[in-house]
Order: sequence, then C-alpha cells, then structure tokens
Amino acid sequence: MENPEQLIRKGVHHERLKEGLVKTLLGGLTWGVVLVALLIFGRICWDGLPVLIKPEAPFVDIAFLTERTQTLHVFDDAAGSRHSLPADQYHAWVEKNGSDAVFNETSYSYSGGGIAGPIVGTALLTLLSTVLALFFGVAAAIYLSEYAKQGKFIQWVRLAILNLAGVPSIVFGLFGFAVFVLAAPVFTDMPSDRTLLAIPLGFTYFSFQGWNSSLIAGSATLACMILPVIITASEESLKAVPQGFREASLALGATRWHTIRKCVLPFALPGILTSSVLSLARAAGETAPIMFTAAVAAKDTMPWEGEGGFLGTFQSQVQALPYHIYTLAARIPTSDYTQRAQYGSVFVFLLMIFLFSTVSIVLRNRVRAKLKW
Amino acid sequence: MVNGQSTTPAIAVDNLRFNYGAKQVLHDISLDIQSREITAFIGPSGCGKSTLLRCFNRINDRIPSAKVIGGAIRVAGIDIARPDLDLQMLRRRVGMVFQKWNPFPKSIYDNIAYGLRIHGEKDSKAIDERVEYCLRRVALWDDVKDRLKTSAFGLSGGQQQRLCIARTIATKPDIILMDEPCSALDPLSTLKVEELLLELKQEYTIVIVTHNLAQASRCSDKTAFFYLGKLIEHGTTQKMFSNPSVRQTEQYVSGAFG
Repeated sequence: MENPEQLIRKGVHHERLKEGLVKTLLGGLTWGVVLVALLIFGRICWDGLPVLIKPEAPFVDIAFLTERTQTLHVFDDAAGSRHSLPADQYHAWVEKNGSDAVFNETSYSYSGGGIAGPIVGTALLTLLSTVLALFFGVAAAIYLSEYAKQGKFIQWVRLAILNLAGVPSIVFGLFGFAVFVLAAPVFTDMPSDRTLLAIPLGFTYFSFQGWNSSLIAGSATLACMILPVIITASEESLKAVPQGFREASLALGATRWHTIRKCVLPFALPGILTSSVLSLARAAGETAPIMFTAAVAAKDTMPWEGEGGFLGTFQSQVQALPYHIYTLAARIPTSDYTQRAQYGSVFVFLLMIFLFSTVSIVLRNRVRAKLKW
Repeated sequence: MVNGQSTTPAIAVDNLRFNYGAKQVLHDISLDIQSREITAFIGPSGCGKSTLLRCFNRINDRIPSAKVIGGAIRVAGIDIARPDLDLQMLRRRVGMVFQKWNPFPKSIYDNIAYGLRIHGEKDSKAIDERVEYCLRRVALWDDVKDRLKTSAFGLSGGQQQRLCIARTIATKPDIILMDEPCSALDPLSTLKVEELLLELKQEYTIVIVTHNLAQASRCSDKTAFFYLGKLIEHGTTQKMFSNPSVRQTEQYVSGAFG
C-alpha cells in the first residue's frame, strides 16, 4: 500500500463531531418526549393516588370505586368547624341537627360520593362496542380478503374504509345520533310520534324511531368509529397467514368456510386481537361519540337497575368516565373540593385502560400459545 | 378405478386448453394416466406441468384468472368440470402434496386428524388408528410416536414433507398428486421420499412433477415431457430416457437444455 499514513487522521475529527451532534439531538428529542409523558403521568398519579390510596387498611378507598356520584355539600356548623358531605350524608346531618345549624353552605355537583356509575358505564360501553366491532369487522375482513373478487371496486371499498379511520370522532357522534338514536329500527307495540316509518306486522310494529340515547346506541357509534381499524388490521392478519395452509386444507377436501374457520382464522387471531387492543383503548377514551348517544352527567341507578331487566340495560343511558371527567372539568366551577373527584376520576380512568389493555394482551398471548408454530 | 385391470384410465386428459388471463399456458394436452403407476411430469420451468397437475384436483379454481378454455379432464371417467361435481369429494379422492411442505401449525397428530375430521370422523379411536397407520406408512411413526402432541414445525424438512404425505393419505385418496415434493429436500430425505413413493404405488396412482431427471428415471413408470405448454412426448420412462422418439425430449433428458 502506498502512503499508509493516509489511514491516520490529522487535525480535528469533523465527522465524529457531526455523528455525536446528531446522536445527541435525536436522543434529546426522544428523552424530551419521554419526560413530557412522565410529567403528565406523574401529575395524574401525584394528584390521583391520594384520592384512591388510604394510609390505613384496606389502603384503597373502596367507597370511591363503589359508591354513586352525588352532590358535595360544604358547610360550617354552629361551632364553626367545616364539613364536606355527599348529599345523602348531608341530608341525614340536616335531619339530625336541623337546617338552622348549617352556615355558609355551598354545593358542588358530581363531586361527592364515588364514581361507580362512570366506571360501570365505561366498562359496558367498551366491552359492547369492541364485541360489536370485532363481529362486524372480522366478518368484513374475511369477506374482503377471502371471498371478494379482487378488483378495482374492492380496492375502492378498501380505500374508503381506510379513510373512515381518519374521520373525527365528533362526526361519528353526530352520525350515531342521527342513525342510532333517531332512526334505527325497533319492534314496538306503540310507535312513537317521531317515528320515521312504522311498518305494521300485525302483532307488533317495526318502527324506525331510533334507540334513544342508550348504551346500545353509544356502543354502536363507538363500534363504527373503531371498525375501520379493526377491518384493516384483521385483513392484514388474514393475509399474513401463508397461502400454503389454505391450499393444503382445500386439497384435503375442506370447504372454503371450513378452511377459513379452522385453518386461517385461528392463525390470524393473535394479530386481530393486537389491533383490537388499540381500538379498545380508543373506544374507552372517546368522549365525542357518546356525548349525544349514550352518556349522561348524573344518574342515580346502575344501568341494569331500570325497567326491562337484562334488555333494559342496553336501553338505559349510562355515565362514562371520559364524559364524567369532561363534566367535572368544564361544567362545574373548580375548587379544592372538586379536585378529589377530578383527579380521582382521571387516575381511575388511566388504571382502567391499563387494565383493559393488559387483559387483552394476556388473552392474545394465550391464543398465540395455543398455536404450535 | 376398482383395480389395475380396469380399462378406464385414472385420469384422462382430452385436448385440454388452459389460460391464465389472456395467456394460454396449456395447448391441446391429451394424456392418459393409468392406475397404480407413477407418472412423472418433466420439463423446464414454466412449461405448464405444475399447472396441469393443479387442474386435476381443481385447486387452480382459487386463481381468479385461471380458466379452462377447451377440452376436458376425466377422473375415473367423470368429467371434473361438471356443474354437479362434488368438489370436496374430488379433492378427497385426488390428494395433493405441495412443493413446499406445509403442515399446519398444529400438533403432528392434529395435522393428520384434520382431514379425517373434515370428513366427519368423530370416533377418536378410529382417528388414533388412522394416524398411526399413516405415520407408519410414511416411516415416521418410530420417530414421532412419543411426541404426537408437539408441533409439526419441530420436525426436519424431510420429516415435515413425509408428514404432509401422511396427511394426504389419511383421507384414503385414490390418486396422489405431487408438485415437486423433493425440490427443497436434501439428498437423504429425497431418497426416503422416493422409497416411500415406490411403496405407495401398490395402492395409489401417483403423478409427480419433478425437475430432477434422475428422480423421474429412478421411480416413475411413465414419463411425460412438457415444453412451452405442449405435451411433447409421453411414454414409458425406460423408453423416454433411453430412446425417445422426439429430438427435444432427447435433448432435455440428456441435459442439453432446461
């Protein structure tokens, strides 16, 4: 080799400086994002943990999780000491001591008691919407990837579905209101006055009068919102199953449906479930789609406690955590007394989504473990 | 297809013309395949031999652009294009082994039981027996009898391919189609599969597509040579390899092209 000393660099090493700079910049940005996320979660935990955790056994404020939401009454008694009591305890106190003993009374809506209603409502909405979306989504994905004749038209359908994923959630809210709340068909003996069309069936009517604001209308709206993601991801998962499995199954004399059911779907299921984990968290977190279709700010009873028993559950309005947080944050004046409900709700909400995701990931891993790759 | 003496060929191809989209890939193929023989399809890549094989159990139906545009295929005298054909039954009677071994991601046992369960076998004892029989038939039983419930993917390539053959014979086909079953196997595994073929010949009609000329000459009774979508020559393997009547065949089997 000529001039071997060329291999030795003289002077400042500019390339190495540049490399170091780029690395520092990218690292700094990444850690900056992590820091912001940590700050947000830290703040929520800092303010939320004290609401939920108690110093003495059982260490968790069970009442906050199991009691219903009430108005919080804050007042002084005759001795000048300050009380803050939820409505039922306040009324008992007044009954015992007389209303003359209450001074400087202020009340804060939704800030007393617990948040059992929103927790149950969010759980029901999430569960029902995920079940609906998985059912319709997987069915559509199977049709699109296994049965439909692949051509221009199906490509357009696919593109439309993909674009649907980008539609703002408030639009889905309005759509749900127009379709599920006001126009969806029901069987009823007495069509309501605002029915769009009532078809008499002799013994009953098939009336397009909507499902009102209800658990089922809200879940259907949320399901529409997460459907595009589930369809697209399910189709990808189905396509990822090797063609060899399908051919082997068909060549053994299986029908197409049998092949899909036994030889394609089981192997695509882990992928489908992965996508639904993300959708599940999104369905749990959205406020806009349920604002007009399912959610109420205050409700004294659990969804299943109304009329109509089991079916009545689906027809009743529900409270929901994101809507509850919105109500607490935006619709009532903030004070020291409302903080407990606010931060507590946010903290519980985060825990709940964490729990949902964990359960679905565990479920997916179990499904995956059943396959013998 | 009752016995070897039957005059009806196992598969009769009559002036078959076949298209992928606008491109014709098979030109007027006429060919009889006799029962209980091994017929080898040879020819360079893209000559249509695999396509023809995949017509026999109509697995080509899966490809939207694939279309038979003329002629007919008769399996045991039955035209398989008939609208009232029981496609599932055809595929049960005409089994297929693929180029790339494709066991299901299930246990060894379930792989073989799959076909039986499709066809409504519920008696677990009958399934047990059939699984054992099929695994013995492909000389896998001693290797896997202690791990029937473990994944089929834990087997070596050659073992997986033999498992696929076992899976195919589990549903008691009359004809077995093999699409280059050894092209991805090492020589030792290939030898084992070939031995297996010679043994299976006693009971089954076998059609094998192969790129391996030595393999065709070793184990087949009849050989058909395809070139550019046409059947160039068809005859006994001995004649095809020693004294072919067409010049192209001679060039191909002597390694001059392909």
